[in-house]
Amino acid sequence: MLLRFFLMGLDRKAGIVLTILAILAVAVPAMTLWVPADSPFHLSIFTVSLLGKYLCFALLALALDLVWGYCGILSLGHAAFFALGGYAMGMYLMRQIGPRGVYGNPVLPDFMVFLNWKELPWYWLGFDHFWFAAIMVLVVPGALAFAFGWFAFRSRVTGVYLSIITQALTFALLLAFFRNDMGFGGNNGLTDFKDILGYDIQADTTRVALFVATVAALALSYMIASGVIGSKLGKVLVALRDAESRVRFMGYDTESYKLFAWTLSACMAGVAGALYVPQVGIINPSEFAPASSIEAVIWVAVGGRGTLAGAILGAVLVNMGKSYFTGALPELWLFALGGLFVAVTLFLPKGLLGMGAQLKAKLPGRKASPLPTAQTANQATGQTAGQKGA
Amino acid sequence: MSAESTLLYLDGVSVSFDGFKALKGLSLVMMPGEMRAIIGPNGAGKTTMMDVITGKTRPDTGTILFEGDTDLTRLREAAIANLGIGRKFQRPTVFEPHTVWDNLELALKAPRRPLKTLTYAISRDDRARIEEILDITRLSALRSRQAGSLSHGQKQWLEIGMLLAQDPKLLLVDEPVAGMTDAETEQTAELLCSIAGKHSVIVVEHDMSFVRALGVKVTVLAEGSVLAEGSLDAVSANQQVIDTYLGR
Repeated sequence: MLLRFFLMGLDRKAGIVLTILAILAVAVPAMTLWVPADSPFHLSIFTVSLLGKYLCFALLALALDLVWGYCGILSLGHAAFFALGGYAMGMYLMRQIGPRGVYGNPVLPDFMVFLNWKELPWYWLGFDHFWFAAIMVLVVPGALAFAFGWFAFRSRVTGVYLSIITQALTFALLLAFFRNDMGFGGNNGLTDFKDILGYDIQADTTRVALFVATVAALALSYMIASGVIGSKLGKVLVALRDAESRVRFMGYDTESYKLFAWTLSACMAGVAGALYVPQVGIINPSEFAPASSIEAVIWVAVGGRGTLAGAILGAVLVNMGKSYFTGALPELWLFALGGLFVAVTLFLPKGLLGMGAQLKAKLPGRKASPLPTAQTANQATGQTAGQKGA
Repeated sequence: MSAESTLLYLDGVSVSFDGFKALKGLSLVMMPGEMRAIIGPNGAGKTTMMDVITGKTRPDTGTILFEGDTDLTRLREAAIANLGIGRKFQRPTVFEPHTVWDNLELALKAPRRPLKTLTYAISRDDRARIEEILDITRLSALRSRQAGSLSHGQKQWLEIGMLLAQDPKLLLVDEPVAGMTDAETEQTAELLCSIAGKHSVIVVEHDMSFVRALGVKVTVLAEGSVLAEGSLDAVSANQQVIDTYLGR
């Protein structure tokens, strides 16, 4: 049954995405570890971590696309789930430091010693085990999303109001995590990690392994997402995105459908955050900043909302642009990002992946679609869906 | 009249929105297998009546029973739909990004829980049923077309097909022939008549020739309550009805 589920989502597009990811998983380690450093094909370890970071963002974008593109829920707080997953992993990494911290306390992380805490708070218990942290990476974002979604969807909060609440959620978490007495390191967050699963977190092989793990997580999430989208449940999601009350009158309890997709998406975002933290070496409350969530929305819009592959593409491209701009022209980055969002909204409403179809439709003398009416009808629905989502 | 043998039983149903009384003590009884046409001027409460039956609006007072014993005023939309009450909206609402086939598959009577739909695989019976409905609604050739690209009339038909797929005991149909050509109107009347018998149907319609073609008992609503009931000829002759509706 599980196999059938995965096969359901496997179309040509999924084949391309998974092939690219498979090539990355093989080529990047080979080019880093085995190609000699003076060869033009050598990849520096810095590049590997940078690519790993992009793919974590791609996974966040994929999670966001699942709810925004297919259920019409525009989340402006998805980075909250990403950061919670990151904190769960960060807590494990903090516990792995042990007596090697500045204060040499075998149990308490440095910041707790600094705050004169005598013992570990109860919610830090268990995080010395990787398996426990790994479960929490899924459970904490998932449980928060479930509780949030339960109340929001049942109260029939939709559209822009829901977006605003998600924004408030991430902002509330931002403020909470800034507080020192929350026990998550306050402003500085969690950092100075040493080991993961007993391996030195700075070692080249560990960094390559983390990259491969990220590729694997992205590939698996992509397969799950496209399996869900390809199933009848996915069709219900798209249907309720465009005409929720109609779906209700058909006997589907739309709230539980949204809750399913929303919780699944939050778990994926949590995994993305958990893989991000060991690769960048720090997690702090700034990850909860509303701007991070909004940036994720831009990645999805640029790549093409409601396409899954577009979310991955958009996240990688925009972040490559960000890396370039913040290095070369740092003061221009925010203008470039804003301009990009305006340009995509105006000229590429379906994102980069939708650009091909859009161009074909405009080319004179070439019939892109046997049904010109279908083309306009699609655009019309796309627009109304967009307005509902916005 | 006792509620037990009825399919739908509305008694003294009132709804008001911000002081405006949309329904004032509306009472209506439908027997199993019956088909009923509801007419009335704009604002008579026709759509509000459908809203209270399907759970979209909660009545302030009054009783609404389905099959004599299920109190519809306490249930949510999805639960009411699963009892076997289907609804067709005034504006055709089909799922535009989906194909005609997928629209029918979504509507088809089947378990509605998320985990059931996640693992759903179409069975031979389901396939045959969808084929049958495509045939009835004359959409067989268009099965792989996106529903958004259908003509207005075809969308109306698809929506009726979706209701058939849902296989409800009671069908509420809101202005099914609005915007249809005469030929389409005639075909739709035929289609609805062929549905009645197996399903009970309530049709709300403005088009008098269509109501005549249906040839069923007519209920006239005005200002939120029943003004007259009977055959179309009988209600057409009713002076009150002429004054409030037909005469204008």
